[in-house]
Amino acid sequence: MPALPLHEAGKYVAGAYVVVFALVLIYVTIMAVRLSRIERDLGELLEQAERPSESEAPAEDLARPGAMV
Amino acid sequence: MYGRGLRPLSLATAAAWTLALGLVFFYAPLEAEQGFLQKIFYVHVPLAIVSLCGFVLGGVLAIQYLRTRDARWDLRSYVAIHMSLIFGVGALITGSIWAKGSWGHWWVWSEPTLVSFLIVFLLYATYQPLRFSIEDPERQSRYAAVFAIVAGAFVPLNFAAVRMSTAYLHPRVLGDTSNLPAPMALTFAVSLLAMALLWATLCKYEMTAKHARMQLKALRRRRSGELQGAGRFGF
Repeated sequence: MPALPLHEAGKYVAGAYVVVFALVLIYVTIMAVRLSRIERDLGELLEQAERPSESEAPAEDLARPGAMV
Repeated sequence: MYGRGLRPLSLATAAAWTLALGLVFFYAPLEAEQGFLQKIFYVHVPLAIVSLCGFVLGGVLAIQYLRTRDARWDLRSYVAIHMSLIFGVGALITGSIWAKGSWGHWWVWSEPTLVSFLIVFLLYATYQPLRFSIEDPERQSRYAAVFAIVAGAFVPLNFAAVRMSTAYLHPRVLGDTSNLPAPMALTFAVSLLAMALLWATLCKYEMTAKHARMQLKALRRRRSGELQGAGRFGF
């Protein structure tokens, strides 16, 4: 089969390389979304850790002067 | 733990890809028969080789998992197969584009290399449904490892069977690279290296993300355990 002229072959070559880059781009985008979800979850966890826990609240109430009375 | 070395690996991948693309479009001569269309060779063949090697590596890592029962080997095996599937999709699409430009058809069923690659791809496409259909994590890892080993052994067998077949319509690559002119062989070697580096970088990227997710889950479990413990203590 004779070689395709450049203008004809060019679109196939461009198509093949674009497919590879698109695949990588899609993959990286999905990974970026997952990483941002991890970051958000980590932020929530950090917020929870900084907030005093619910179980500590009654203890504080008990420690308040007059609470035992 | 998995993130160590990710930055230099990413930089090496970017450098290798820049060099490979420069060589493909500005250094490698045009092939006499196919002309400019043959440039697809430098992306399609490395994609297929890296994908098949990744499948075999997934099997080797699965053996390591069964030997040690260390979940890290299972994670590595899973990621290797997952990434090879993505590269396999790339190989199939670029191969179809090349076939269309070269033979005038998107797919040729009489070509053993194409069909055998499709069979391997479809075999591995069942890996994830099989894996995630099992709820018990230990059983899931064990069954997935057995699948990865059996399928990994099938890849070289399949490759050898195709090599021994009589049809030679598809361009031969391994073993025939010595027939390539030196500039083409060099370009191909650099493209293959760039593709392998891309595969390794993306695998590392995914393992780092999965490890971070697992650590986060463990932290959350510990945190909820602490709260429950504190609650029990309080009452």
